[in-house]
Amino acid sequence: MDKRVFFPSKTVPLLLLLPQLVITLVFFYWPAVQAVVMSFQMEDAFGTTSEFVGFENYTAVFTDPFYYRAMGVTAVFSTAVAFLSLSLSLLLAVMADRDIKGAGLYRTLLIWPYAVAPAIAGVLWYFMFQPSLGLFARMLRDWGIDWNPLLNGDHAMILVVMAATWKQISYNFLFFLAGLQAIPKSLIEAAAIDGARPFRRFWTIVFPLLSPTTFFLFVVNIVYVFFDTFGIIDAVTGGGPAKTTTTLVFKVYADGRLGGDLGGSAAQSVVLMVMVIALTAIQFRFIERKVSY
Amino acid sequence: MADIRLDHVGKTYAGGFEAVRDLSLTVPDGCFCVLVGPSGCGKSTLLRMVAGLETITTGTVSLNAQVVNHLEPAQRDIAMVFQNYALYPHMRVYDNMAYGLRNRGVPEAEIASRVAHAAQILDLEDLLTRKPRALSGGQRQRVAMGRAIVRKPQVFLFDEPLSNLDAKLRVHMRVEIRKLQKALGVTSLYVTHDQTEAMTMADLLVVMNKGVIEQIGAPMEIYRTPMSVFVATFIGSPPMNILEATSLGDGVVSIEGHRLLIDQALSLPAGHKVKIGIRPEHLSVQADGFTIHVELVESLGAHQIIHATWGQQKLAMQVETDRVPAQSGQALVVGCAPQHLHVFDAQTGQRLLRDNAS
Ligand SMILES: Nc1ncnc2c1ncn2[C@@H]1O[C@H](COP(=O)(O)OP(=O)(O)OP(=O)(O)O)[C@@H](O)[C@H]1O
Ligand SMILES: [Mg+2]
Repeated sequence: MDKRVFFPSKTVPLLLLLPQLVITLVFFYWPAVQAVVMSFQMEDAFGTTSEFVGFENYTAVFTDPFYYRAMGVTAVFSTAVAFLSLSLSLLLAVMADRDIKGAGLYRTLLIWPYAVAPAIAGVLWYFMFQPSLGLFARMLRDWGIDWNPLLNGDHAMILVVMAATWKQISYNFLFFLAGLQAIPKSLIEAAAIDGARPFRRFWTIVFPLLSPTTFFLFVVNIVYVFFDTFGIIDAVTGGGPAKTTTTLVFKVYADGRLGGDLGGSAAQSVVLMVMVIALTAIQFRFIERKVSY
Repeated sequence: MADIRLDHVGKTYAGGFEAVRDLSLTVPDGCFCVLVGPSGCGKSTLLRMVAGLETITTGTVSLNAQVVNHLEPAQRDIAMVFQNYALYPHMRVYDNMAYGLRNRGVPEAEIASRVAHAAQILDLEDLLTRKPRALSGGQRQRVAMGRAIVRKPQVFLFDEPLSNLDAKLRVHMRVEIRKLQKALGVTSLYVTHDQTEAMTMADLLVVMNKGVIEQIGAPMEIYRTPMSVFVATFIGSPPMNILEATSLGDGVVSIEGHRLLIDQALSLPAGHKVKIGIRPEHLSVQADGFTIHVELVESLGAHQIIHATWGQQKLAMQVETDRVPAQSGQALVVGCAPQHLHVFDAQTGQRLLRDNAS
């Protein structure tokens, strides 16, 4: 169906688009351009003057061994968070989609975590698993696990993955639930008559029909872990111990905001930006082909 | 092959709504049984209970003399054609038809030959590699049929399979479905709210109303001897005229002051209120009859329908075109042979004379 609307002149559509364009320019492109400009500059120790230094910031970034470590950390972190948050929320959505008593309450409760600010979520998880005070930390200790995210890098990573996953599950859950509810019930019934047991119905009918939703959420989740998790990391581990939970975006924040190296931080964020753009483009080109039906 | 037996089946939904009440029905082996009734009368509910998609609140459903109440849909060996066809949108036509066979572990070679055979019967051979969204409504309907027949089930269930098609295709497909079912000899339960479809397709016709069966019988039997005002007006097109009348005793009734002899056998006290049913096609212009006033004439080509008033009451009459050169405003003297008059109790709506002479 053709839904295009025709305007007699170009001014009206432009005027209608203007607010959106202004917001996009001011809040998205201007900071991006600023970051690019800053990545070619170096500030003096007091932050009063800056001079053009060419690619010096970039060279510094790519010769920094910690930068490559942060890349590795990001790879582990983003894979774990994307996989866990997608699979857990899909599981929860499948359970909530059935006609059960209290389904409405169950759905509402699952949506709440999304309303919790990342830093608060991080603090909650920090306290629950804080070695000397945390409830869960004590339980683990009682089971004979020497739990200490403050000293053990693997434990710290597990903790930030859990916190970041927890934060993202609500969002994914909502989309999965909507996606599930958009699948006509008669398809499931036809499959049941066709002799498919529930597990097989899920993998041969429901999951393929959900794939556009899954793909969309995959992209959103990757962008989320790349850009949006430094608040959680800051609150839970502060990037430590020994930078084992310092992801690329946390390093941008740590170097720029805490370390005062604005130029280096800007260069890193430009690299990060390019990576996310490339990643998204690759995802759209290669995965989208498989998900359309 | 199998027969379908429903014994005192009832369905009460979670909200407490009783959609089907104490319903018993036997569909013999190889029979094409049509369930017809107005929207919301419980046809789909009944069909879905037979399919196993809806739990049975009371009574038993048996297929081939085996109670299936607690069997999963897959274990009942039935196939169902849905109103929206329910084709799997991400699978090619071939895979749509093969899906049920694959789930049952049929070897691929056997699947290929069965699908090829079904595709040939249904004229789908050129469409096997397409996805459902690239098909027209009629083609989708045929794929849905194909998916049902490749399984070689004991029973076919149809839930208004033709209601999404245009009028011409519907007429074509109802003939095709009937031919196919005759050839395969599979017992079928077919739901529709279209009385023409019901009349033309059924071996056994079941008229439902508000969750209960009003009448069961062969289509012509129901047409000739409707057992209630509801059935009389539901089966037949245009619907039967129902006229308010009062008994004068001795098998004579009075309608709008006109004396009409029904049958000596009709023993009703004078003053008893009745309803007289006359099919539009049984009215004709006669020298000796009652006078009606034409309001509107509808031409259908071979026939025309004359809408008229008789005193305070409305009635329709169907005649061959050119037989009666009727115009609105005109008065006509018409009559109906006594054996074509149906008498119902005004209070209960039930038929009073058991059967008519014809
Ligand atoms: N899941 C349900 N919960 C409660 N009531 C229901 C449910 N499904 C159907 N009903 C009610 O049961 C009655 C019968 O529904 P059913 O779908 O069997 O009607 P139908 O005869 O198939 O009508 P139609 O010709 O419109 O398809 C309706 O009044 C409907 O509102
Ligand atoms: Mg229905």
